[in-house]
Amino acid sequence: MRRSARLPVFFVAAGGFAALFLAGLRGLPPFQQYRGPYGYVLNAISVPQRGITDVVSAVNFDFRGFDTLGEEYILFTSVIGVVALLRRLAGETRPAQEQTAPGRPEVETSDATRVFTLTLVGMVTLFGLYIVSHGQISPGGGFQGGTILATSPLMVYLAGDFESFRRIASTRLVEPAEALGAAGYAFIGLAAMALGFAFLYNFIPQVGPGTVISGGTVALIDATVGLEVAAGFVLLLTTFLEEFLSGRGSR
Amino acid sequence: MTFYPYVIVVWLFVIGLYGIVSSRNLIHLTICLSIIQSSTYVLLLSIGYQKGAGAPVLLHVPPGTPAVDPVVQALVLTDIVVEVTVTALLLALAIQAHKRFGTLDPDELRVLRG
Repeated sequence: MRRSARLPVFFVAAGGFAALFLAGLRGLPPFQQYRGPYGYVLNAISVPQRGITDVVSAVNFDFRGFDTLGEEYILFTSVIGVVALLRRLAGETRPAQEQTAPGRPEVETSDATRVFTLTLVGMVTLFGLYIVSHGQISPGGGFQGGTILATSPLMVYLAGDFESFRRIASTRLVEPAEALGAAGYAFIGLAAMALGFAFLYNFIPQVGPGTVISGGTVALIDATVGLEVAAGFVLLLTTFLEEFLSGRGSR
Repeated sequence: MTFYPYVIVVWLFVIGLYGIVSSRNLIHLTICLSIIQSSTYVLLLSIGYQKGAGAPVLLHVPPGTPAVDPVVQALVLTDIVVEVTVTALLLALAIQAHKRFGTLDPDELRVLRG
């Protein structure tokens, strides 16, 4: 359909859709008047039963842990998808492409960028580890912390070059790490079964709230998810950077 | 206006859809899809919100302190993870489309023309 014909059709359809959508949403409880019951139940039992003060982590990695296993595999599968889509085929040649607008010089990385990002590498790594390991106490956990950890090799790339990035985040190291993180979650679930409990049952004795080992298996699952997410994102970065740099020559 | 957040949900959804329908660039199109997905974040968080309740982080608070629904917040976390992965896949597809057709304009992808 031509663009000129497409838009009027869209506006009519979108108007009708918006009216019906809004009418449907108005059937929900009015804003600010949550009716429960699941939120009330979980907020009441999370600390006494599990010693977990961040209830969102308790939901994700304990009460609803099986769903999060699937969520982690969505991430795992899509990383495989991106790597497969952008893989270099046998005999594929990549024509050098103009990476800058015509008439503009290519900008060198400034000293300010180099110094600033290099200073951040250590802090970002430490902050990522902190977020991964404190998910059961305060907002955070494997997904959030893993993403932060993956930015630290990116800082190295910004401060240096792609070769330094490859040295500290070698694919030979990152790929097994991602697989280990993905498998680790399932193994924690299977370990519970080996001990005679249900899959992903929280079988580690509870410690009181507020420590890094509170929450039993939640801390372990956070660590495996953190590994999986960090490694997965580094693989994504490697793939996209390789794709970008292959048309540009070495930097 | 007790349903005001729901108006924003619908607005984000429809404006994102408009962006997708009228898009002239596959990367712009991917970002428009993210905007549609952000409408689901607003919807989920609005459903779980309770007047006067704090975040479901029960550190250093007396037992029984009202907190908003943690279930929808956990769902938003799932939602964000899915959005990031979908975005990564779509951007990879955009790169391949650019290599194959030399353009990012969806209307110029001749093979896909219906």
